[in-house]
Amino acid sequence: MMPTLAISFQNVFYAYPGNEDYTLKDVSFDIALGGTVIILGGSGSGKSTILKLVLGLIKPESGVIEVGGVDISRLGESALMPVRSGIGMVFQEGALFDSLSVAENVGFRLREHDKLDEEEFEERVSRLLGFVGLGDFYDRTPSDLSGGQRRRVSVARAMAHSPGLILYDEPTTGLDPITGSTICDLIVKLRDLEGVTSVLVTHQLRDAFQVVQTFVMRKNGGLVYSRIEDVELLVGSEFIVLKEGRIVFSGRQTELFRSDEPYVRKFLDGQIPGSVN
Amino acid sequence: MVANICYSPLVLGVTGNWVKERLAALQAFSKLSFDAFASLFSKPRYWRETLEQMDSIGVGSLTIVTLTGLFTGMVLTVQSSATLDAFGARPYVGRMVSLSMLRELGPVLTALMVSGRVGSGMAAELGSMVVTQQIDALRSLGTDPIRKLVAPRMIAGIIMLPVLTVLSNAVGMVGGFLVARFTLRLAPSLYWHSALDAIKLHDLFMGLVKPLVFGYIIVAVGCYQGLTTTGGTRGVGESTTQSVVVASVLILSTDYFLNLLILRFVYP
Repeated sequence: MMPTLAISFQNVFYAYPGNEDYTLKDVSFDIALGGTVIILGGSGSGKSTILKLVLGLIKPESGVIEVGGVDISRLGESALMPVRSGIGMVFQEGALFDSLSVAENVGFRLREHDKLDEEEFEERVSRLLGFVGLGDFYDRTPSDLSGGQRRRVSVARAMAHSPGLILYDEPTTGLDPITGSTICDLIVKLRDLEGVTSVLVTHQLRDAFQVVQTFVMRKNGGLVYSRIEDVELLVGSEFIVLKEGRIVFSGRQTELFRSDEPYVRKFLDGQIPGSVN
Repeated sequence: MVANICYSPLVLGVTGNWVKERLAALQAFSKLSFDAFASLFSKPRYWRETLEQMDSIGVGSLTIVTLTGLFTGMVLTVQSSATLDAFGARPYVGRMVSLSMLRELGPVLTALMVSGRVGSGMAAELGSMVVTQQIDALRSLGTDPIRKLVAPRMIAGIIMLPVLTVLSNAVGMVGGFLVARFTLRLAPSLYWHSALDAIKLHDLFMGLVKPLVFGYIIVAVGCYQGLTTTGGTRGVGESTTQSVVVASVLILSTDYFLNLLILRFVYP
């Protein structure tokens, strides 16, 4: 039977080595296939830790994590490789390989695992760079790129193997609003045009709402973006708010606005360190 | 008077934690080495990266190793000539230089120099990759960092250090010859005859086994320190320093025990 959930966390606890306090405490949530989940929270609330757990980069102290129906909580590195092949990750600051060119970064997985010939490699990488609007940057090196361009290359690298799930770790942090908006449009494009399940970790409310409220479709050979202002209509996206490793809110945008949870109210008002309206 | 030593729970706790941390580090270090070696027996293997590392470690260290060997041989001749002259044994200076270089100074000094140049570089490079999440990115892209980054460096280190040591030994003997010929006025045939005649098979064995072990130590320590880097750019600096300190101490201490073992089991 095909799994209906992309990710499932059940009572997950996690503490970083040498840290007595748990970074995540009894975290449980489900993410449906094709859905979009925005994880909000102040600095150090455990948002990025969730993404690392989904990728299997770290193991939970207790609890169960399923990705695509596979329990990855105790899987070893080699057993995790097939699971990771279905996931793309956009890291904070991009995490591009400094010693490789932009093309080699984007096509890293294609070269390592798919063993494409040079012509096919160039064609695939050029198409991916074109998708993120960096078609002319094929031979550049990461040191030549601006912060926004690095994130876009990182998005291209994450989508190179056509994963069904992409994790975005603060993809707009440190970028100016216009560049941040470009990254959000990319996330929307991947979600709406490629059918990718998206998990966006951010503390930028503006970007979170842009991703949730914007939709894109192909029309007359081009792309048409539209924004839905009536949040009651938004059913495909969910928000999770973390406070000191615990989930204090989980629900749709309309419920987020109505929540009377004090931390959520403060977060929405921009009073939590790290929260940005 | 018998000292009244009181071990408070705090002291015991701190000591216990220190011991636990060291044991955990030793376990992680051993696992890294084991995983790197184990990865050689299954695909994928990264031959291009291995060749690049051989070039970086071998060709990149040529100048420093050559100069070290040359001046070590020269200073050894200068220093030993006075002592040998006291016994009328100046013609034996070649023997002194060749055996010292081959058995001890060549392997140890080459390893220390390569540790300073290569081991620290590996710790800095891998440490930077850790703090900029490149290692996490590598794993997320389905590539095992130990297989891709550590194993090629380990093979390269183990192959290239003996090669560099042989070169250092040869240049050291040439350095000794230059001083013997032009300062001590020793006949070339006398120097070379004494130098080469003294070398036996077990000396060659000792001179080649040591750099094999030292090559492993340099790379394993550099990679371990790099991959366990924490604390941002400051952590990278600390890992770099630690890699040189730990590798140097390990090289010198291992050298002592290798001497004991080889003298006991290999030498007649």
